[in-house]
Amino acid sequence: MKDKNFGHSVHIENIATLARIHLTEQERQDIEKSLDEILEYFDKLRTVNVEGIEPSAHAFPLYDILRDDEVGTPFDTKTALQNAPRQRNNQVIVPKVVE
Amino acid sequence: MDSEIFYKSASELDSLLDSGKLTSVELTKAVIERTRSIDAKLHAFISFDEEKTLNEAIQSDMRRKTGEKLSNLDGIPVGIKDLISERGQPLTCGSKILGGYVSPYDATVIERMRNAGCVLWGRLNMDEFAMGSSNENSYHGKVANPWDISRVPGGSSGGSAAAVASGETILALGSDTGGSIRQPAAFCGIVGLKPTYGAVSRYGLVAFASSLDQIGPMGRSVEDVATLFHVISGHDDKDSSSYPVDKTNHSMESVKNKRIKTIGIPSEYFGEGLDPEIRQTIEDAINFYKNAGHRVKEVSLTMTEYTMAVYYIIATAEASSNLARFDGVRYGYRSERAKDAVDLYYRTRGEGFGSEVKRRIMLGTYVLSNENFESYYLRAQKVRTLIRNDFMEVFKNVDLLITPVTPSPAFKIGEKSADPLQMYLSDIYTISINLAGLCALSLPCGLSSDRLPIGFQIIGKPFHEHEVLSLGYEFEQAHDFKNMHPAI
Repeated sequence: MKDKNFGHSVHIENIATLARIHLTEQERQDIEKSLDEILEYFDKLRTVNVEGIEPSAHAFPLYDILRDDEVGTPFDTKTALQNAPRQRNNQVIVPKVVE
Repeated sequence: MDSEIFYKSASELDSLLDSGKLTSVELTKAVIERTRSIDAKLHAFISFDEEKTLNEAIQSDMRRKTGEKLSNLDGIPVGIKDLISERGQPLTCGSKILGGYVSPYDATVIERMRNAGCVLWGRLNMDEFAMGSSNENSYHGKVANPWDISRVPGGSSGGSAAAVASGETILALGSDTGGSIRQPAAFCGIVGLKPTYGAVSRYGLVAFASSLDQIGPMGRSVEDVATLFHVISGHDDKDSSSYPVDKTNHSMESVKNKRIKTIGIPSEYFGEGLDPEIRQTIEDAINFYKNAGHRVKEVSLTMTEYTMAVYYIIATAEASSNLARFDGVRYGYRSERAKDAVDLYYRTRGEGFGSEVKRRIMLGTYVLSNENFESYYLRAQKVRTLIRNDFMEVFKNVDLLITPVTPSPAFKIGEKSADPLQMYLSDIYTISINLAGLCALSLPCGLSSDRLPIGFQIIGKPFHEHEVLSLGYEFEQAHDFKNMHPAI
């Protein structure tokens, strides 16, 4: 299917690729429609004067507070692997990556 | 024994447990029995482990008997929103993608509740990855509002709110990124606190938007919420955004101590779109404070109009990054249909995430993409600075703010689910508090003509939880809303 190009140039296929999400045709249509509407709503921010304003990554300036570098008790292998979808010989199994 | 033991407050229960008239096992069984009898209608729980929970109650009874009570919450059941890690228990985030996942460690809040002797009761339902305002987005089913089961309980901590309101638990933990504790608390007629960013450790909380997320307590009285907040708050080495705050200033004595305050009423929060019954009910609450001797003045928060857009840019951007970890490799669901390693990511995420989560990941990915970064994400971060400055300016002249929590009482299931933007707008009064890093309390102040709860919001300066709790406590003492229960 050809990508639809909106006023906000949303290439839905590109975004899905960046996000590594497989979408069904129905989901693609739903998301296209709502993103268009939501991005239009976001346009109101264009009217705000942000000249010389610093961006906030957090609500207030917070600097990393480092703890002492002490050796703790890490998970043992069994615990670390207990949630792996597939495992063998203390390793996670994934599809072949290198030919 | 009173047949409605599950509706008593934690403070009353603490006295009963102290006196020996009640055991934690009896209390825990009452809560389990209540859940068994009504949860088919509410669907507030995703899972619970009766044996484990009762064992914790037995331990608590032994401590009380030997005079080794750990805290006023020793033996009190607390439900956990299903995105907070409790060692050995499942954690789903309301998503298919975490199917089968069992937490290998305790969140800091869980560790602190264990140290206080709390009975860690079941895993509470929620919108998938905390994305939603109605609890209709859970893979494990919609939650119903106990006041009217054709209506939503709010979200994303909808399971927590419904369970507390209906006596399926005494207290609960929720999390709040844009209103997810306060809005469901208002819809279900209970009390919920969104602590200041940094007041409660996020270690062990599954991240949605890391610069906005906070864990907070939900209960049926301000005192109960304050008591649980005291247990879970405080600096934690495991969370670099946790703040070294002094816990003594939000002790119960401090909360119960009335002080005359200057309360600001932001006019922008009482404009178009606010339900007239809610407006009237909150004006009555404001008059109560005036008559009690507090100073009340109108203030203006000029950036209010932009908060929704800023929030949905920042929250989705952070979410798209945080949720990249769910890829089917190390834990949770994995698609069986993948052709190769990269296809494994596409299929697992395509099959594992629900539609609202996909929409937000897509939106977040879009606003972070190279060509849009400056016009959306960076701009939103700058406007966030202006929103915070707006509040800080107002807080030079007032101590606290009072606003609505929601524009309307609980809406019908299905009413807004087809229109994401309308759904997002139901958070209009709560999101700015997360963006500005403030604390806020949602507490009941009346019932609508349809007998649906109405709540109001008290907003405080960063790390001034004791002030919002104190003002809420004063209102609660003069009214009887904490004994108002749904007819379920």
